[in-house]
Amino acid sequence: MNGAERIFSVTRQPLPPFEVCVQSGQLAVRQALRKVFEALRPLDLDVEEAGTIEIVLAEVLNNIVEHAYPPTGPAGPIAIHFIQQPDGLRVKVMDQGNKLPDEKVPLVTAAPLDVELQDMPEGGFGWLLIQHLAKDVTYARVGKENHLNMRLAVGLPS
Amino acid sequence: MELASKTEQDLRIVSVQDTRIDAAVAIEFKDAMRHQTDGGPDVVVLDLSRVEFIDSSGLGAIVAAVKHMGKGRKLALAGLTPTVARVFELTRMDAVFSVFPTLEGALAELKPQ
Repeated sequence: MNGAERIFSVTRQPLPPFEVCVQSGQLAVRQALRKVFEALRPLDLDVEEAGTIEIVLAEVLNNIVEHAYPPTGPAGPIAIHFIQQPDGLRVKVMDQGNKLPDEKVPLVTAAPLDVELQDMPEGGFGWLLIQHLAKDVTYARVGKENHLNMRLAVGLPS
Repeated sequence: MELASKTEQDLRIVSVQDTRIDAAVAIEFKDAMRHQTDGGPDVVVLDLSRVEFIDSSGLGAIVAAVKHMGKGRKLALAGLTPTVARVFELTRMDAVFSVFPTLEGALAELKPQ
């Protein structure tokens, strides 16, 4: 194989399925993201792919540490599963905290931005980002657990 | 959350020294911005060139900071890295703020003529 061929035949190693577990809390999100990206290293993700995963997962986890396990109540476990499939990464996030309102993924629409500065929204961007970037987002309350499933169309096997 | 600031040609330049503006530091960031912008020049350029990641809480904190600055003042954003730029685009907040690819570009455009 000459040098040029080597450059153009970037082979991506297959990713073994993995699970990351953290305890909810103020630094849980950063800690979980660090562990996830450590485990994703075999995929050699580019900036855009890594950004997609980080944005989506940060928002999902922010929601859990703010609402499923509100800081005023007891902490609890958060588990994140990753499985690589031909159409991307299947991600499942589980916790044992409060369920989503109405037991479903909220339908979000972008807030109107053509408003006076003082009326600009300061929140509500989280689910908007998740729905822009994640595919096949489903939620189920299973016993006392929340299961959020989604697909991220990145890290496709080469 | 560390912010460095200086004033050049009637512009306050605030540079974020951390690599993340996320939920863990959003409140701290909001307070630090208040400290850096209160009583200063009307136009503030927020240099985000070291920031690799921002989440919805960080975005909310920037909106809160510009609201706190008040009417008649302006917050411009400069040096957005790829993932930060994407968060602004996806939430359409890139249309709300003046966004410049580089700090130099922002200063050239915004300095008093």
